[in-house]
Amino acid sequence: MQLSLEAITKTVGPSVHLYPMSLSPVPGAVTVLLGATQAGKTSLMRVMAGLDTASSGRVLVDGQDVTRQSVRERNVAMVYQQFVNYPSMTVAQNIASPLRLRGERDVEARVRAIAARLHIEPFLDRLPAELSGGQQQRVALARALAKRAPLMLLDEPLVNLDYKLREELREELSALFAAGESTVVYATTEPGEALLLGGHTAVMDAGELLQYGPTAEVFHRPQSLRVARAFSDPPMNLMAARRNAQGGVRVADAVDWPLDLPAPADDGFVLGIRAGGLRASAQPGDVAIASRVELAEIAGSDTFVHVSSDVGELVAQLVGVHKFELDARITLHLNPDHLFVFDARGPLVRAPQGVR
Amino acid sequence: MNNHKPVNQKAWWLVLPVILCVAFSAVLPLMTVVNYSVQDIISPQRRVFVGTEWFVMVMRDSDLHLALWRQIQFSLAVLLIEIPLGIALALSMPAQGWRASVVLVIVALSLLIPWNVVGTIWQIFGRSDIGLLGHTLLKLGVDYSYTGNPEHAWWTVLIMDVWHWTPLVALLAYAGLRSIPDAYYQAARIDGASQWAVFRYIQLPKMRGVLMIAVLLRFMDSFMIYTEPFVLTGGGPGNATTFLSQYLTTKAVGQFDLGPAAAFSLIYFFIILLFCFVLYNWMQSLGTSDKEQGHA
Amino acid sequence: MALIELDLAHAYGPNPRTDDDYALLPLKMAFRDGGAYALLGPSGCGKTTMLNIISGLLVPSQGTVRFDGRDVTRDSPQQRNIAQVFQFPVIYDTMTVAQNLAFPLRNRRVPEAEIRQRVGRIAEMLELSGQLDHRAAGLSADQKQKISLGRGLVRSDVSAVLFDEPLTVIDPHLKWQLRRKLKQIHHELKLTLIYVTHDQVEALTFADEVVVMSRGRAVQKGAAADLFERPAHTFVGHFIGSPGMNFLPAQAVRGGVLVNEQPLAFQEDRRLPEGPVKLGIRPEYLRLGQAGDGRSLPARVSRVQDIGTYFLLTCELGGHTLKSRLGAEAAPPAEGDTVHLRLLDAHTCFYRDEQLVEATA
Repeated sequence: MQLSLEAITKTVGPSVHLYPMSLSPVPGAVTVLLGATQAGKTSLMRVMAGLDTASSGRVLVDGQDVTRQSVRERNVAMVYQQFVNYPSMTVAQNIASPLRLRGERDVEARVRAIAARLHIEPFLDRLPAELSGGQQQRVALARALAKRAPLMLLDEPLVNLDYKLREELREELSALFAAGESTVVYATTEPGEALLLGGHTAVMDAGELLQYGPTAEVFHRPQSLRVARAFSDPPMNLMAARRNAQGGVRVADAVDWPLDLPAPADDGFVLGIRAGGLRASAQPGDVAIASRVELAEIAGSDTFVHVSSDVGELVAQLVGVHKFELDARITLHLNPDHLFVFDARGPLVRAPQGVR
Repeated sequence: MNNHKPVNQKAWWLVLPVILCVAFSAVLPLMTVVNYSVQDIISPQRRVFVGTEWFVMVMRDSDLHLALWRQIQFSLAVLLIEIPLGIALALSMPAQGWRASVVLVIVALSLLIPWNVVGTIWQIFGRSDIGLLGHTLLKLGVDYSYTGNPEHAWWTVLIMDVWHWTPLVALLAYAGLRSIPDAYYQAARIDGASQWAVFRYIQLPKMRGVLMIAVLLRFMDSFMIYTEPFVLTGGGPGNATTFLSQYLTTKAVGQFDLGPAAAFSLIYFFIILLFCFVLYNWMQSLGTSDKEQGHA
Repeated sequence: MALIELDLAHAYGPNPRTDDDYALLPLKMAFRDGGAYALLGPSGCGKTTMLNIISGLLVPSQGTVRFDGRDVTRDSPQQRNIAQVFQFPVIYDTMTVAQNLAFPLRNRRVPEAEIRQRVGRIAEMLELSGQLDHRAAGLSADQKQKISLGRGLVRSDVSAVLFDEPLTVIDPHLKWQLRRKLKQIHHELKLTLIYVTHDQVEALTFADEVVVMSRGRAVQKGAAADLFERPAHTFVGHFIGSPGMNFLPAQAVRGGVLVNEQPLAFQEDRRLPEGPVKLGIRPEYLRLGQAGDGRSLPARVSRVQDIGTYFLLTCELGGHTLKSRLGAEAAPPAEGDTVHLRLLDAHTCFYRDEQLVEATA
């Protein structure tokens, strides 16, 4: 089903929860709503589901205006952060409830099939309160999947689960979404999760929809500084720059780099490079940045180094385990062709081509 | 414009019987009272419109002023005693386990007794010949008589109300206390806070919501109190314990002065509304910073 | 600042018989004075129980807790002088930030001048100096957590600071700042810090040593690098690393292993006791090899994900799923391609009965 939101806004009293935005999630695929808390993701999902009416604009399903239709009439399934299940019904009854409400036949067999896919078959006769968090969330997911609704909304469903459990469920979810035909909208605050889920991503910030497109594309070509900030973990390194007389740039009023900036701009530019773009060893074409280690964090196979340098405070993600002493002097390298160039006022001017 | 939510019309049909009942039993009588308050009803056939005459007369009635003053004193005393006592009771009730259930039931018992029975219980309790309280006090040398001594009557009515209604405050405060996450107590222990500091900085602020409800409820109920003092003292000795509602009833039912009585009930109604409004806003303002907190 | 030694077990009921009756199976552990430790594990593994025993909020059913050699098993948290930061910010709503920070000191009747000085210093360290006179209730979640932390740090003789999943309610981009702040504080104040979490990134970035726990048992204790390179137990291999270690059943034979009946030879002089083993290799080390190099096996690529800084390959090999992390420089293979995965590598580990088997030279 093709869901379309046209010029939707949502105002509650004096505060604007959603600024005018239009969004048409790709049918049958996963759309990730990425943004910090209070960015408007939940408000948007509620408008999509019909739980809230938009203050203005239209919601269309397959071309039909459903803006005023109540959520009961729209065929939507929703999964929440808080593992919402009917507490007095067993797992099997929980999963069967949407099927029974619609008067479907063969309920038992379908319940069993869905439970098997989500690995909760052994718990069919238990009450949700007797299960662990991860299992309860699987029951909620099973109930949503059983409905086979053309639109599935998931509001940060994994955020209350353990790290490892989140990883496992995320994989299973990806497989389940790929196997089904529903349009899935998934809200999250973690850029890493958006990248792992793939599909398409809509980046939101403070009630505005900033960019919507295939996830990899939004990641590698953020349209503005705000998108780059929202869609980076660790945060993108940003440096102010101006053109200098030698045809390059003067970065942070401190160093000069050879970089051909496009149109002249008096306000200057903001150069961005992700933590992974900074390297410990030089490669041809790199510029060197002398820096002092402020903090080194080892996370598995990567080392995150926080340094202070002439061009400001930077975070570098180095592959491998490196031991750095505090206040040690190291040199980081980056290739100026790999820099993101933003206009000082926000929009993207140039993104690195081909490489990351 | 596009603001109204999609509505299920069928719900209105279900509400209709309730609307009719409320209209019949509350709205219509209220309108009748308003009607009476602006008329002089000399006989069922003869009515004269007198405008605000009754209101003016009622407000000038010195007996009314006395009754109002007595009532205010009573409600204030009730609040000053019952709220702290209820909180103290809630603090000493066990938090969980079977003991908690038992204590809850015992505490709630006095709330279940019909109000005129409460009055009767204390009436007998206070008698010097067959009442435990009266007889004990007599033996201790106190010349206790709630029928003869105005002060004793006051105290008896007050203590009867405290006995009857403090459990309500206690139950509300108890519910409020149970909603405080354990981590706060643990953090307080680690910070070395004394019991008093824990009460002042953690428990009391977190109970703000329920205490507000408790204060409002107790104020309204005590301001309208009728049955218990009427049964216990009949308003006496003299009019020492004649509170506002009894005064009103005497006027309306006893003397059949419908006009002034109607005017008075409207005034009574507005006084309560005014007090509650002021109280509510005051307590809300005490807790405005909590609004910004969101959820921890 | 104290050396903390644990020699205890904790059971739910009075007569524990099986392992399931224990919240913490018998263990012996020491936390060095001034060290930063993390207790890492899934929910239910006992890490919060251990933290509460160290802090004094819980008394172990058997055994002792010692601070600097002194038995504190029955002492209260106050007597042990510890500070604890909880999962959600615990602040005194009616007080300002400064009053919150001063509260533990006021309770101990520290002179006002000293209180002001310490509060000022801690506020500066936590970047709260600008908010000292604001009401604590109106601040954001991460600032409130800083206040909670500050209340612990403001006491000059605090023996250890314990953290119970403190970053749970913090936004991802603020988590970085708070982690960094914690590390700086550790560096400056040299306190013993013990941090409970289920998030391995937090644990590995924060701690000098991590204790990985599962079902009441401390499975491995070691520095981040050791846990990553040589996990002593398949659980550690699976739990640490995102995604976790790949495991393949294999048969150890002379000079190498058999995987799916295919022989792979050890390059270096390495021998394993013969018999069934589990081969473990992390996705970060599972590189692409060549056909016929004796160390690789063919596998079919079922999924390629662009994770921004690297590619994540999911491959099928003889019915098993393997994941491989490829750097972002080269173009990745396409879905459906057959690639050769180099299974034998200096970083490959072998396990028997879930325990690491050391290869003898």
